[in-house]
Amino acid sequence: MSVFMTLAAVLVLALAGYLLSRQRALATAGGNPRLLHSLPGYYGWNGAISVLVPGLALLILWLMAQPMVIEQRVAAALPPEMTADAASRALALADIRRVAGGLDAAVARGALTSDAALSLSAAEARATLGSVGVALGSEVSTTTLAAAQDYRAAAAWGAALRTVLVLVAAVAGLFRAVRQSHKDFRARNSVERVILWLLIAASSIAVLTTIGIIWSMVSETVDFFSKYPAQDFFFSLTWSPNFRGGSELGIIPLIWGTLYITVIAMLVAVPIGLFAAIYLAEYASRRTRAWVKPLIEIIAGIPTVVFGLFALVTVGPFLRDWFAQPMGLGNSGSSVMTAGIVIGILNIPFISSLSDDIINAVPQSLRDGSYGLGATRSETVKQVILPAALPGIVGAILMAASRAIGETMIVVMGAGAAAKLSLNPFEAMTTMTVKIVGQLTGDTDFASPETLVAFALGMTLFVITLGLNIFALWIVRKYREQYE
Amino acid sequence: MTDLSAAPACLPRPRPSLLDPSDRMRRRNAAETRFRLYGLAAIAIALTMLAIMLFTILRDGVSAFTQASLSFPVELSAEVLDPEGNRDRAEMAKVTTIGYGRVLAAAFTAELGRRGIATDLSEKDIGALISRDAPGTLRAQVLANPALVGTTIDAKVFAAGRIDGFLKGRVTLDSAERDSNISPAQLRLAQQLVEAGILTSAFNWDFLTNPDASDQRPEASGLGVALIGSAYMMVLVLLMCVPVGIAASIYLEEFAPRNRWTDAIEVNISNLAAVPSIVYGILGLAIFINFAGLPQSSSLVGALVLSLMTLPTIIIATRAAIRAVPPSIRDAALGVGASKTQTVFHHVLPLAAPGILTGTILGLATALGETAPLLLIGMVAFVDNYPAAPPDGILSPATALPVQVYSWASRSDPAFIERSNGAIIVLLVFLVAMNVTAILLRRRFERRW
Repeated sequence: MSVFMTLAAVLVLALAGYLLSRQRALATAGGNPRLLHSLPGYYGWNGAISVLVPGLALLILWLMAQPMVIEQRVAAALPPEMTADAASRALALADIRRVAGGLDAAVARGALTSDAALSLSAAEARATLGSVGVALGSEVSTTTLAAAQDYRAAAAWGAALRTVLVLVAAVAGLFRAVRQSHKDFRARNSVERVILWLLIAASSIAVLTTIGIIWSMVSETVDFFSKYPAQDFFFSLTWSPNFRGGSELGIIPLIWGTLYITVIAMLVAVPIGLFAAIYLAEYASRRTRAWVKPLIEIIAGIPTVVFGLFALVTVGPFLRDWFAQPMGLGNSGSSVMTAGIVIGILNIPFISSLSDDIINAVPQSLRDGSYGLGATRSETVKQVILPAALPGIVGAILMAASRAIGETMIVVMGAGAAAKLSLNPFEAMTTMTVKIVGQLTGDTDFASPETLVAFALGMTLFVITLGLNIFALWIVRKYREQYE
Repeated sequence: MTDLSAAPACLPRPRPSLLDPSDRMRRRNAAETRFRLYGLAAIAIALTMLAIMLFTILRDGVSAFTQASLSFPVELSAEVLDPEGNRDRAEMAKVTTIGYGRVLAAAFTAELGRRGIATDLSEKDIGALISRDAPGTLRAQVLANPALVGTTIDAKVFAAGRIDGFLKGRVTLDSAERDSNISPAQLRLAQQLVEAGILTSAFNWDFLTNPDASDQRPEASGLGVALIGSAYMMVLVLLMCVPVGIAASIYLEEFAPRNRWTDAIEVNISNLAAVPSIVYGILGLAIFINFAGLPQSSSLVGALVLSLMTLPTIIIATRAAIRAVPPSIRDAALGVGASKTQTVFHHVLPLAAPGILTGTILGLATALGETAPLLLIGMVAFVDNYPAAPPDGILSPATALPVQVYSWASRSDPAFIERSNGAIIVLLVFLVAMNVTAILLRRRFERRW
């Protein structure tokens, strides 16, 4: 029985569990729901849950474990030269899976009967599988075919066992629930306990995500450092990956490009964002504010790939033709300046709305005091409000900087791909995010340091942005307590 | 002390009237005006940038929705297309697109002769006005319906990308001089064809339905696969992210005891919201593709990555909505004997629903526009087959709208930049629709307690 059918059967059993449990609980109360401990529906839900939880848990565990167990067995039966190291073992297993999958597909399409599939010779295998759309790179060896047949047999056996066990677990759950359903049984408490556990599980996903991020990057980064010395990665001034070996993978040019772009972005975003926030908070009438604030926030809702295209098609050529070439600073459309300015624009609404909130949180009494002493509005802003709001604004700027460092699409499309250490802002440079994309797209070999370096870059990026954010949140939180 | 005694000497004599300001006052007022202008200038710059960006996208992108096509009769001669003469599909499939290309070029040249359009171009150069996609389309049409062989059909085929660009003003006689793909003579012929009504430009539905096409055929490329891929992913994100997000928020707001563990979860969520999106791509590549062995560039993996990315946003919005429900509602429910769970699910959640919905829509809008993580899980690959219908389709290779924008933008032919802008327009239409829905929902259901 297929997974889908098993799932359907479990659902039908759950429905039966709901109806039977509810009915039996009512029967024990002589049909009078007021004698029950809980509402009748809770008995039903208890029945359904008792079926679903063991059935689905077993099904999911089995689906995850079965391939691993079977591959272990199949690999153990392979001749030792095919499983000498991890890469060739993975390759052999992939071949076997592919042949086995192809045979299954052939049987499903009726190109082969199941008996014919079992007695297929290695010589015919490739042509037969090709006819059902499973293209194989080379002829199938006898060992692979035999292993594939083993694989299919084990998989079929596992599927049968899975169906039986899942159904047995579900039916057992059903019986337990129906027997439990008695008018004194505390069905609501039992259902609510399950709901609470579901809620806890859902909120743990956030933590699991973090663990997943860290685990995925740490394991590959460690792998990378075992193939490439760490001090070369952190201190070398050259970045020149070469998939044929002998690459130099120094992170410093990438960090330089990232920071240069971030600084330019902040030079654009901070003055514009901050002045816009000051104007909106201190000068604008209520009506202007109601119109302008959402308009500025539109910028934040536009996908970054749109800004990337804007950098590539409009800003890059404009800067090249009007600034870089007349000043003799190069003739590249993609440059640090292009990416920096566009990221700056992207970050304006971020800085302006955060600063706006922070400025509004400064107590009115401070303003009134300042006006009372005869200060003008701008003097009040400069000498009273900004100093009071400074920690919060610094926090906002740090958060915006962390966003600029992690920005990907704009730099991929606007900054260029050449890793350089240069001061010329009109030259194409590159960032960590560009290189992560570059090393991980296309055909990648997860054993080579040239691919694995992307994980080390990702780890560095993660640590930098996380550090900045934690620091910024700490500043903001500390400041908030000041006026509460 | 010296300061004090010296100060009165420096002070200007008091003026008779406040309406006659001193120099110092004038300077202060000027500084005030300047400061105010800086603020206005900042807002003006930000909004101008936005306006320029939207304007360039519209200017360059609207033309992607129209397409030049050629209409002329084509005689599907049986000798060329079905040499065996038995209308057997397997036999006819031996005639490649090159054969169909010759048929089209010959029919087109013949039509020019019939209409009396004089040209000294060779048949090959005339045929180059027809899109390279046309022979394949015609072949599929004939193979689907072998009875067409031997008849004459009215074909309406795309014009080549450069001809399309000529009608849209992107390609000119000057630029054709330097272009190896088109000659000024061909453009002059195109001009004559427009006058004769053979070459026309019309709204191009194929831009929304066709799959992507190779570098040589910008005119045939469309957003079909990207739209399906994005739709699959949005549905999956909705199915995975919303229940989990709401459940997590309910737990954190209503049930969680204040302890280290829940503090850790909260700090975690606010930090996850700030993790660069590309890091989620790395996570997806390492865990869902390399570890769990899910297929590359499938909608399922894309949706999983986007869900994890959107989850913090949805949790933050949902928690705010739940917090906005006043405690008196909970007290009243508990007071009449509801359990804690019943209070939350029967009273708090329905009252928080508009806020949750708004937050969810905005979270989905972000997910719809996200590109970087999808590049890492292989969605940038060239996909010219429509994904299968669900549920199998979520495992077949697909691409997404923003990724299509990126992959078109990185091709060399300027016709793809136009299409990239066109794709952005489609993307922005969806985003505007989602945001407007969110705003309307907020207006309609907003409740002050």
